[in-house]
Amino acid sequence: MGVFTMPSLGADMESGKLVEWLVQPGDTVKRGDVVAVVETQKGAIEIEIFEAGEVRSLDAALGETLPVGAPLATIVKPGEDAPEPAPPRTTPPGSAAPPEPPTPPATPAAPAEAPAPAAAPARHPAAAAGEIPAASPAARRLAAEKGLDLSTLVGSGPGGAIVRADVEAATGRDRPGSAATPPARKQGLDLSAMREAIAAAMARSKREIPHYYLGHDIDLQAASDWLAATNADRPAERRLLMGALFVKAAALAANKVKAMNGHYADGAFAASDAVHAGVAVALRGGGLVAPAIRDAQTLSLDALMEAMRDLVMRARSGRLRSSEMTDGTITVSSLGEKGVDSMTGVIYPPQVALVAFGTPRSAPRAVQGEPALREVVTVTLAADHRVSDGRRGAQFLAEIDTLLQHPEAL
Amino acid sequence: MTRDEIKAAFLEEVNRIAPDIDPADVGDDDHLQDDLELDSMDILNLITALAKRFGIEIPDSETEGIATPASAAGYIAGKLG
Repeated sequence: MGVFTMPSLGADMESGKLVEWLVQPGDTVKRGDVVAVVETQKGAIEIEIFEAGEVRSLDAALGETLPVGAPLATIVKPGEDAPEPAPPRTTPPGSAAPPEPPTPPATPAAPAEAPAPAAAPARHPAAAAGEIPAASPAARRLAAEKGLDLSTLVGSGPGGAIVRADVEAATGRDRPGSAATPPARKQGLDLSAMREAIAAAMARSKREIPHYYLGHDIDLQAASDWLAATNADRPAERRLLMGALFVKAAALAANKVKAMNGHYADGAFAASDAVHAGVAVALRGGGLVAPAIRDAQTLSLDALMEAMRDLVMRARSGRLRSSEMTDGTITVSSLGEKGVDSMTGVIYPPQVALVAFGTPRSAPRAVQGEPALREVVTVTLAADHRVSDGRRGAQFLAEIDTLLQHPEAL
Repeated sequence: MTRDEIKAAFLEEVNRIAPDIDPADVGDDDHLQDDLELDSMDILNLITALAKRFGIEIPDSETEGIATPASAAGYIAGKLG
Protein backbone atom coordinates (compact mmCIF):
# COMPACT_ATOMS: atom_id res chain seq x y z
CA MET A 1 0.00 0.00 0.00
CA GLY A 2 1.47 3.30 -1.02
CA VAL A 3 0.32 6.79 -0.38
CA PHE A 4 0.65 9.16 -3.28
CA THR A 5 1.28 12.63 -1.94
CA MET A 6 1.36 16.22 -3.16
CA PRO A 7 4.83 16.46 -4.70
CA SER A 8 7.21 19.36 -4.29
CA LEU A 9 7.65 20.87 -7.72
CA GLY A 10 10.55 23.07 -6.84
CA ALA A 11 12.36 24.90 -4.09
CA ASP A 12 9.70 27.55 -4.09
CA MET A 13 6.59 25.42 -3.73
CA GLU A 14 4.73 25.02 -0.45
CA SER A 15 1.32 23.90 -1.62
CA GLY A 16 -0.70 23.23 -4.72
CA LYS A 17 -4.33 23.16 -5.66
CA LEU A 18 -5.69 19.87 -6.97
CA VAL A 19 -7.72 20.74 -10.06
CA GLU A 20 -8.12 17.50 -11.94
CA TRP A 21 -7.93 13.75 -11.44
CA LEU A 22 -6.99 11.75 -14.53
CA VAL A 23 -7.48 8.40 -12.81
CA GLN A 24 -10.19 6.89 -10.72
CA PRO A 25 -10.37 4.09 -8.16
CA GLY A 26 -9.76 0.77 -9.83
CA ASP A 27 -7.46 2.14 -12.51
CA THR A 28 -4.07 0.53 -12.98
CA VAL A 29 -1.17 2.96 -13.04
CA LYS A 30 2.46 2.56 -13.93
CA ARG A 31 5.50 4.61 -13.13
CA GLY A 32 5.46 7.90 -15.01
CA ASP A 33 1.69 8.00 -15.69
CA VAL A 34 0.12 11.42 -15.38
CA VAL A 35 -2.57 11.02 -12.74
CA ALA A 36 -3.58 14.52 -11.73
CA VAL A 37 -3.23 18.20 -12.55
CA VAL A 38 -2.14 20.59 -9.85
CA GLU A 39 -2.34 24.35 -10.10
CA THR A 40 0.85 25.93 -8.79
CA GLN A 41 2.31 29.39 -8.84
CA LYS A 42 4.04 28.31 -12.04
CA GLY A 43 0.83 27.32 -13.76
CA ALA A 44 -0.93 24.00 -14.17
CA ILE A 45 1.44 21.07 -13.86
CA GLU A 46 0.69 17.48 -14.81
CA ILE A 47 1.56 15.25 -11.87
CA GLU A 48 3.16 11.89 -12.55
CA ILE A 49 3.09 8.92 -10.24
CA PHE A 50 6.24 7.03 -9.34
CA GLU A 51 4.96 3.66 -8.34
CA ALA A 52 2.99 1.03 -10.14
CA GLY A 53 -0.23 -0.45 -8.86
CA GLU A 54 -3.94 0.01 -8.66
CA VAL A 55 -5.63 3.18 -7.50
CA ARG A 56 -7.51 2.17 -4.41
CA SER A 57 -8.93 5.52 -3.42
CA LEU A 58 -8.66 9.20 -4.18
CA ASP A 59 -8.10 10.88 -0.85
CA ALA A 60 -8.21 14.55 -1.76
CA ALA A 61 -11.03 16.57 -3.21
CA LEU A 62 -10.80 18.67 -6.31
CA GLY A 63 -10.36 22.33 -5.51
CA GLU A 64 -8.42 21.69 -2.31
CA THR A 65 -5.20 23.55 -1.75
CA LEU A 66 -2.89 21.02 -0.15
CA PRO A 67 0.56 21.33 1.38
CA VAL A 68 3.48 19.42 -0.10
CA GLY A 69 3.35 15.91 1.36
CA ALA A 70 -0.42 15.78 1.86
CA PRO A 71 -1.93 12.43 0.83
CA LEU A 72 -3.68 12.52 -2.53
CA ALA A 73 -4.42 8.89 -3.27
CA THR A 74 -3.87 5.36 -2.01
CA ILE A 75 -2.14 2.97 -4.36
CA VAL A 76 -2.16 -0.80 -3.94
CA LYS A 77 0.99 -2.39 -5.30
CA PRO A 78 0.68 -5.41 -7.59
CA GLY A 79 0.18 -8.58 -5.52
CA GLU A 80 -0.79 -6.69 -2.40
CA ASP A 81 -4.02 -7.62 -0.70
CA ALA A 82 -5.12 -4.17 0.28
CA PRO A 83 -6.77 -5.10 3.53
CA GLU A 84 -6.73 -1.58 4.84
CA PRO A 85 -10.03 0.20 4.48
CA ALA A 86 -9.91 3.29 2.33
CA PRO A 87 -11.46 6.47 3.63
CA PRO A 88 -15.23 6.43 3.23
CA ARG A 89 -16.60 7.55 -0.05
CA THR A 90 -20.02 8.05 -1.48
CA THR A 91 -19.82 5.64 -4.38
CA PRO A 92 -18.53 2.10 -3.92
CA PRO A 93 -16.09 1.20 -6.67
CA GLY A 94 -17.45 -0.78 -9.53
CA SER A 95 -21.02 -0.76 -8.30
CA ALA A 96 -22.44 1.37 -11.01
CA ALA A 97 -21.07 2.02 -14.45
CA PRO A 98 -18.00 4.17 -13.90
CA PRO A 99 -17.90 7.51 -15.68
CA GLU A 100 -16.21 7.47 -19.08
CA PRO A 101 -12.53 8.42 -19.18
CA PRO A 102 -12.68 12.05 -20.38
CA THR A 103 -14.76 13.07 -17.39
CA PRO A 104 -12.95 13.14 -14.08
CA PRO A 105 -14.42 11.20 -11.19
CA ALA A 106 -17.21 13.31 -9.88
CA THR A 107 -17.33 12.09 -6.31
CA PRO A 108 -14.56 13.54 -4.25
CA ALA A 109 -13.37 11.40 -1.40
CA ALA A 110 -14.81 12.37 1.93
CA PRO A 111 -12.86 15.11 3.65
CA ALA A 112 -11.67 12.75 6.41
CA GLU A 113 -9.22 14.51 8.75
CA ALA A 114 -7.62 16.68 6.12
CA PRO A 115 -8.78 20.26 6.12
CA ALA A 116 -11.07 20.35 3.16
CA PRO A 117 -12.71 23.69 2.77
CA ALA A 118 -13.61 22.97 -0.82
CA ALA A 119 -15.25 19.60 -0.32
CA ALA A 120 -18.75 20.87 -0.01
CA PRO A 121 -21.37 18.13 -0.19
CA ALA A 122 -23.32 19.67 -3.04
CA ARG A 123 -21.09 20.49 -6.00
CA HIS A 124 -23.67 21.99 -8.24
CA PRO A 125 -22.49 25.41 -9.09
CA ALA A 126 -19.20 24.05 -10.32
CA ALA A 127 -17.21 25.86 -7.67
CA ALA A 128 -17.48 28.54 -5.09
CA ALA A 129 -16.25 31.95 -6.13
CA GLY A 130 -12.54 32.07 -6.79
CA GLU A 131 -12.09 28.31 -6.79
CA ILE A 132 -11.11 26.19 -9.72
CA PRO A 133 -13.95 23.80 -10.40
CA ALA A 134 -13.84 20.19 -11.49
CA ALA A 135 -13.49 20.08 -15.24
CA SER A 136 -12.46 17.63 -17.92
CA PRO A 137 -9.08 18.18 -19.62
CA ALA A 138 -10.77 19.08 -22.90
CA ALA A 139 -12.94 21.62 -21.12
CA ARG A 140 -9.97 23.17 -19.35
CA ARG A 141 -8.01 23.47 -22.55
CA LEU A 142 -10.87 24.99 -24.50
CA ALA A 143 -11.65 27.42 -21.70
CA ALA A 144 -8.03 28.52 -21.65
CA GLU A 145 -8.03 28.98 -25.40
CA LYS A 146 -11.15 31.10 -25.21
CA GLY A 147 -10.01 33.03 -22.16
CA LEU A 148 -12.97 31.77 -20.13
CA ASP A 149 -12.87 31.57 -16.36
CA LEU A 150 -14.04 28.07 -15.44
CA SER A 151 -15.38 29.22 -12.10
CA THR A 152 -18.04 31.24 -13.90
CA LEU A 153 -19.50 28.15 -15.57
CA VAL A 154 -22.02 25.62 -14.36
CA GLY A 155 -21.05 22.08 -15.19
CA SER A 156 -23.41 19.54 -16.68
CA GLY A 157 -21.11 16.55 -16.21
CA PRO A 158 -21.27 14.05 -13.36
CA GLY A 159 -21.28 15.81 -10.02
CA GLY A 160 -21.35 19.21 -11.68
CA ALA A 161 -18.00 18.77 -13.45
CA ILE A 162 -17.55 21.07 -16.41
CA VAL A 163 -17.30 19.25 -19.71
CA ARG A 164 -16.32 20.53 -23.13
CA ALA A 165 -19.93 21.08 -24.14
CA ASP A 166 -20.41 23.52 -21.26
CA VAL A 167 -17.46 25.58 -22.41
CA GLU A 168 -18.65 25.49 -26.01
CA ALA A 169 -22.08 26.66 -24.91
CA ALA A 170 -20.55 29.49 -22.93
CA THR A 171 -18.25 30.60 -25.74
CA GLY A 172 -21.13 30.50 -28.20
CA ARG A 173 -22.94 32.81 -25.84
CA ASP A 174 -20.09 35.17 -25.35
CA ARG A 175 -18.46 35.19 -28.74
CA PRO A 176 -20.33 37.72 -30.84
CA GLY A 177 -18.99 41.10 -29.93
CA SER A 178 -15.47 40.25 -28.94
CA ALA A 179 -15.32 43.43 -26.87
CA ALA A 180 -17.37 41.60 -24.27
CA THR A 181 -14.96 38.67 -24.11
CA PRO A 182 -12.52 38.78 -21.24
CA PRO A 183 -8.93 39.44 -22.28
CA ALA A 184 -7.04 36.32 -23.25
CA ARG A 185 -5.27 34.87 -20.25
CA LYS A 186 -2.48 32.47 -19.92
CA GLN A 187 -3.80 29.13 -18.76
CA GLY A 188 -4.15 29.18 -15.01
CA LEU A 189 -1.22 31.48 -14.64
CA ASP A 190 -1.25 34.15 -12.00
CA LEU A 191 1.73 36.33 -12.79
CA SER A 192 1.90 38.02 -9.42
CA ALA A 193 1.90 34.60 -7.75
CA MET A 194 4.65 33.48 -10.11
CA ARG A 195 6.63 36.60 -9.28
CA GLU A 196 6.33 35.74 -5.59
CA ALA A 197 7.49 32.19 -6.26
CA ILE A 198 10.48 33.40 -8.27
CA ALA A 199 11.29 35.96 -5.58
CA ALA A 200 11.18 33.31 -2.86
CA ALA A 201 13.40 30.88 -4.75
CA MET A 202 15.91 33.51 -5.85
CA ALA A 203 16.07 35.11 -2.39
CA ARG A 204 16.77 31.70 -0.92
CA SER A 205 19.41 31.07 -3.57
CA LYS A 206 21.17 34.36 -2.91
CA ARG A 207 20.92 33.83 0.86
CA GLU A 208 22.22 30.27 0.93
CA ILE A 209 24.42 29.81 -2.10
CA PRO A 210 27.80 31.53 -2.20
CA HIS A 211 27.79 32.22 -5.92
CA TYR A 212 30.89 32.83 -7.96
CA TYR A 213 30.83 33.96 -11.58
CA LEU A 214 33.00 33.43 -14.63
CA GLY A 215 32.59 34.85 -18.11
CA HIS A 216 34.13 33.77 -21.39
CA ASP A 217 33.83 34.86 -25.04
CA ILE A 218 33.54 31.98 -27.47
CA ASP A 219 34.25 32.22 -31.19
CA LEU A 220 31.04 30.90 -32.67
CA GLN A 221 31.93 31.19 -36.34
CA ALA A 222 32.38 27.45 -36.91
CA ALA A 223 29.11 26.62 -35.15
CA SER A 224 27.30 29.40 -36.94
CA ASP A 225 28.54 28.35 -40.39
CA TRP A 226 27.77 24.71 -39.71
CA LEU A 227 24.26 25.58 -38.53
CA ALA A 228 23.50 27.68 -41.61
CA ALA A 229 24.75 24.93 -43.93
CA THR A 230 22.82 22.26 -42.05
CA ASN A 231 19.57 24.20 -42.00
CA ALA A 232 19.80 25.22 -45.65
CA ASP A 233 18.89 21.70 -46.78
CA ARG A 234 16.24 21.09 -44.18
CA PRO A 235 12.51 21.70 -44.08
CA ALA A 236 11.36 23.93 -41.21
CA GLU A 237 10.33 21.03 -39.00
CA ARG A 238 13.85 19.63 -39.00
CA ARG A 239 15.82 22.86 -38.57
CA LEU A 240 18.05 23.43 -35.59
CA LEU A 241 18.53 26.53 -33.47
CA MET A 242 21.83 27.61 -31.97
CA GLY A 243 20.14 27.12 -28.58
CA ALA A 244 20.17 23.35 -29.13
CA LEU A 245 23.94 23.43 -29.74
CA PHE A 246 24.37 25.44 -26.54
CA VAL A 247 22.34 23.00 -24.45
CA LYS A 248 24.18 20.01 -25.90
CA ALA A 249 27.60 21.55 -25.36
CA ALA A 250 26.70 22.53 -21.79
CA ALA A 251 25.33 19.04 -21.08
CA LEU A 252 28.46 17.32 -22.41
CA ALA A 253 30.67 19.69 -20.42
CA ALA A 254 28.62 19.16 -17.24
CA ASN A 255 28.92 15.43 -17.76
CA LYS A 256 32.69 15.84 -17.72
CA VAL A 257 32.99 18.46 -14.96
CA LYS A 258 30.79 16.77 -12.38
CA ALA A 259 30.96 19.56 -9.80
CA MET A 260 28.56 21.56 -11.97
CA ASN A 261 25.93 18.87 -12.23
CA GLY A 262 23.74 17.64 -9.37
CA HIS A 263 21.92 18.74 -6.25
CA TYR A 264 23.11 20.30 -3.01
CA ALA A 265 20.88 19.21 -0.16
CA ASP A 266 21.25 18.70 3.59
CA GLY A 267 24.73 20.12 3.65
CA ALA A 268 26.17 17.87 0.97
CA PHE A 269 26.53 17.80 -2.79
CA ALA A 270 25.38 14.76 -4.71
CA ALA A 271 26.70 14.73 -8.26
CA SER A 272 24.35 13.33 -10.86
CA ASP A 273 25.44 10.68 -13.35
CA ALA A 274 23.04 11.96 -15.97
CA VAL A 275 22.66 15.55 -17.08
CA HIS A 276 19.05 16.67 -16.88
CA ALA A 277 19.32 20.07 -18.45
CA GLY A 278 16.85 22.63 -17.15
CA VAL A 279 16.11 24.87 -20.09
CA ALA A 280 15.02 28.34 -19.05
CA VAL A 281 11.93 29.39 -20.96
CA ALA A 282 10.84 33.00 -20.58
CA LEU A 283 7.09 33.15 -20.39
CA ARG A 284 5.42 35.77 -22.47
CA GLY A 285 4.24 38.60 -20.29
CA GLY A 286 6.70 37.81 -17.52
CA GLY A 287 8.01 35.01 -15.40
CA LEU A 288 9.99 31.96 -16.39
CA VAL A 289 10.18 28.24 -15.95
CA ALA A 290 13.12 25.89 -16.41
CA PRO A 291 11.74 22.44 -17.17
CA ALA A 292 14.36 19.73 -17.57
CA ILE A 293 15.30 17.62 -20.56
CA ARG A 294 16.43 14.28 -19.18
CA ASP A 295 19.74 12.73 -20.19
CA ALA A 296 20.53 15.68 -22.43
CA GLN A 297 24.15 14.53 -22.71
CA THR A 298 23.05 11.40 -24.60
CA LEU A 299 20.60 13.01 -27.02
CA SER A 300 21.46 13.76 -30.62
CA LEU A 301 21.10 17.39 -31.65
CA ASP A 302 17.95 16.51 -33.56
CA ALA A 303 16.40 14.76 -30.57
CA LEU A 304 17.42 17.58 -28.26
CA MET A 305 15.95 20.17 -30.60
CA GLU A 306 12.72 18.21 -30.77
CA ALA A 307 12.57 18.06 -26.97
CA MET A 308 13.20 21.79 -26.70
CA ARG A 309 10.47 22.61 -29.22
CA ASP A 310 8.04 20.44 -27.35
CA LEU A 311 9.02 22.00 -24.02
CA VAL A 312 8.49 25.55 -25.24
CA MET A 313 5.11 24.66 -26.76
CA ARG A 314 3.98 23.04 -23.52
CA ALA A 315 5.36 25.84 -21.36
CA ARG A 316 3.26 28.25 -23.41
CA SER A 317 0.08 26.23 -23.04
CA GLY A 318 0.64 25.24 -19.43
CA ARG A 319 1.12 21.49 -19.80
CA LEU A 320 4.47 20.80 -18.19
CA ARG A 321 4.97 17.66 -16.14
CA SER A 322 5.93 17.40 -12.51
CA SER A 323 9.17 15.49 -13.12
CA GLU A 324 10.28 18.15 -15.57
CA MET A 325 9.96 20.75 -12.86
CA THR A 326 12.18 18.94 -10.38
CA ASP A 327 14.63 16.78 -12.32
CA GLY A 328 16.96 19.50 -13.51
CA THR A 329 20.61 19.03 -12.47
CA ILE A 330 21.90 22.22 -14.10
CA THR A 331 20.16 25.15 -15.78
CA VAL A 332 20.98 26.46 -19.25
CA SER A 333 19.68 29.88 -20.14
CA SER A 334 20.00 31.11 -23.68
CA LEU A 335 19.06 34.71 -24.41
CA GLY A 336 18.22 34.00 -28.03
CA GLU A 337 18.61 36.22 -31.06
CA LYS A 338 17.13 39.41 -29.65
CA GLY A 339 18.78 39.71 -26.28
CA VAL A 340 21.88 41.27 -24.84
CA ASP A 341 25.54 40.25 -24.76
CA SER A 342 25.60 38.49 -21.41
CA MET A 343 23.67 37.57 -18.31
CA THR A 344 24.86 36.74 -14.82
CA GLY A 345 22.38 34.20 -13.50
CA VAL A 346 21.06 33.14 -10.13
CA ILE A 347 21.36 29.43 -9.39
CA TYR A 348 18.09 27.52 -9.01
CA PRO A 349 18.35 25.48 -5.80
CA PRO A 350 19.08 22.66 -5.18
CA GLN A 351 21.16 22.89 -8.35
CA VAL A 352 24.71 24.20 -8.14
CA ALA A 353 25.29 25.88 -11.49
CA LEU A 354 23.59 27.98 -14.11
CA VAL A 355 25.17 28.67 -17.46
CA ALA A 356 23.91 31.60 -19.51
CA PHE A 357 24.56 32.16 -23.21
CA GLY A 358 24.20 35.74 -24.42
CA THR A 359 22.94 36.79 -27.82
CA PRO A 360 25.53 35.89 -30.46
CA ARG A 361 27.00 38.98 -32.13
CA SER A 362 29.47 39.96 -34.75
CA ALA A 363 32.67 41.20 -33.13
CA PRO A 364 36.30 41.74 -34.02
CA ARG A 365 38.61 38.94 -32.91
CA ALA A 366 42.21 38.14 -33.51
CA VAL A 367 42.42 35.14 -35.85
CA GLN A 368 45.96 33.87 -36.47
CA GLY A 369 47.37 37.25 -35.54
CA GLU A 370 45.03 39.24 -37.78
CA PRO A 371 41.87 41.09 -36.79
CA ALA A 372 38.73 39.57 -38.22
CA LEU A 373 34.97 39.93 -37.77
CA ARG A 374 33.64 36.79 -36.17
CA GLU A 375 30.40 35.55 -34.68
CA VAL A 376 30.95 35.59 -30.91
CA VAL A 377 28.93 34.58 -27.88
CA THR A 378 29.60 35.42 -24.24
CA VAL A 379 28.92 32.54 -21.89
CA THR A 380 28.61 33.20 -18.18
CA LEU A 381 28.69 30.65 -15.41
CA ALA A 382 27.17 31.12 -11.96
CA ALA A 383 28.34 28.30 -9.72
CA ASP A 384 28.17 27.27 -6.06
CA HIS A 385 31.36 27.86 -4.07
CA ARG A 386 30.34 25.18 -1.56
CA VAL A 387 30.86 22.65 -4.33
CA SER A 388 33.48 24.01 -6.68
CA ASP A 389 35.88 26.86 -7.23
CA GLY A 390 36.93 29.07 -10.10
CA ARG A 391 39.40 26.61 -11.55
CA ARG A 392 36.75 23.94 -11.94
CA GLY A 393 34.33 26.51 -13.34
CA ALA A 394 36.92 27.66 -15.88
CA GLN A 395 37.45 24.07 -16.95
CA PHE A 396 33.72 23.76 -17.54
CA LEU A 397 33.53 26.88 -19.72
CA ALA A 398 36.68 25.93 -21.62
CA GLU A 399 35.12 22.55 -22.37
CA ILE A 400 32.00 24.24 -23.78
CA ASP A 401 34.27 26.39 -25.96
CA THR A 402 36.13 23.36 -27.27
CA LEU A 403 32.89 21.49 -28.01
CA LEU A 404 31.40 24.41 -29.93
CA GLN A 405 34.45 24.50 -32.24
CA HIS A 406 33.34 21.11 -33.57
CA PRO A 407 29.58 21.44 -33.98
CA GLU A 408 29.38 18.45 -36.29
CA ALA A 409 30.49 16.24 -33.41
CA LEU A 410 27.89 17.49 -30.95
CA MET B 1 -7.15 32.91 -50.99
CA THR B 2 -7.34 36.63 -50.27
CA ARG B 3 -4.74 38.43 -48.19
CA ASP B 4 -7.28 38.83 -45.40
CA GLU B 5 -7.89 35.09 -45.37
CA ILE B 6 -4.17 34.45 -45.31
CA LYS B 7 -3.73 36.92 -42.47
CA ALA B 8 -6.54 35.30 -40.47
CA ALA B 9 -4.97 31.86 -40.96
CA PHE B 10 -1.58 33.24 -40.01
CA LEU B 11 -2.96 34.72 -36.79
CA GLU B 12 -4.68 31.44 -36.02
CA GLU B 13 -1.29 29.72 -36.12
CA VAL B 14 0.25 32.46 -33.96
CA ASN B 15 -2.50 31.87 -31.42
CA ARG B 16 -1.81 28.14 -31.46
CA ILE B 17 1.81 28.77 -30.54
CA ALA B 18 1.06 31.46 -27.96
CA PRO B 19 -2.46 30.81 -26.69
CA ASP B 20 -2.55 34.09 -24.81
CA ILE B 21 -2.28 36.13 -28.01
CA ASP B 22 -5.79 36.97 -29.13
CA PRO B 23 -5.79 37.51 -32.91
CA ALA B 24 -8.25 40.38 -32.40
CA ASP B 25 -5.65 42.24 -30.36
CA VAL B 26 -2.83 41.99 -32.89
CA GLY B 27 -2.20 45.00 -35.13
CA ASP B 28 -1.21 44.56 -38.77
CA ASP B 29 2.24 45.96 -38.14
CA ASP B 30 2.91 44.36 -34.75
CA HIS B 31 6.29 42.69 -34.90
CA LEU B 32 6.12 39.09 -33.68
CA GLN B 33 9.42 39.25 -31.86
CA ASP B 34 9.76 42.92 -30.89
CA ASP B 35 6.14 43.66 -30.01
CA LEU B 36 4.59 40.27 -29.24
CA GLU B 37 7.72 38.83 -27.64
CA LEU B 38 7.81 35.54 -29.50
CA ASP B 39 11.24 33.96 -29.22
CA SER B 40 13.25 32.20 -31.90
CA MET B 41 11.80 28.81 -30.94
CA ASP B 42 8.27 30.18 -31.31
CA ILE B 43 9.16 31.64 -34.71
CA LEU B 44 10.56 28.31 -35.89
CA ASN B 45 7.45 26.52 -34.64
CA LEU B 46 5.35 29.09 -36.51
CA ILE B 47 7.33 28.64 -39.73
CA THR B 48 6.86 24.88 -39.39
CA ALA B 49 3.11 25.32 -38.91
CA LEU B 50 2.83 27.71 -41.86
CA ALA B 51 4.81 25.32 -44.05
CA LYS B 52 2.27 22.59 -43.31
CA ARG B 53 -0.78 24.80 -43.61
CA PHE B 54 0.10 26.51 -46.86
CA GLY B 55 2.43 23.92 -48.37
CA ILE B 56 5.27 26.44 -48.68
CA GLU B 57 8.89 26.47 -47.57
CA ILE B 58 10.16 29.51 -45.71
CA PRO B 59 13.97 29.43 -45.66
CA ASP B 60 15.83 30.74 -42.63
CA SER B 61 17.05 33.70 -44.65
CA GLU B 62 13.48 34.86 -45.33
CA THR B 63 12.18 34.83 -41.76
CA GLU B 64 11.74 38.61 -41.87
CA GLY B 65 9.04 38.02 -44.48
CA ILE B 66 6.66 36.87 -41.77
CA ALA B 67 7.72 39.38 -39.13
CA THR B 68 4.32 41.09 -38.97
CA PRO B 69 0.79 40.00 -39.98
CA ALA B 70 0.80 42.52 -42.84
CA SER B 71 4.16 41.43 -44.22
CA ALA B 72 3.27 37.76 -43.73
CA ALA B 73 0.07 38.13 -45.74
CA GLY B 74 2.06 39.63 -48.61
CA TYR B 75 4.92 37.16 -48.32
CA ILE B 76 2.69 34.08 -48.21
CA ALA B 77 0.47 35.38 -51.04
CA GLY B 78 3.64 35.77 -53.12
CA LYS B 79 4.72 32.20 -52.33
CA LEU B 80 1.31 30.85 -53.26
CA GLY B 81 1.59 32.62 -56.57
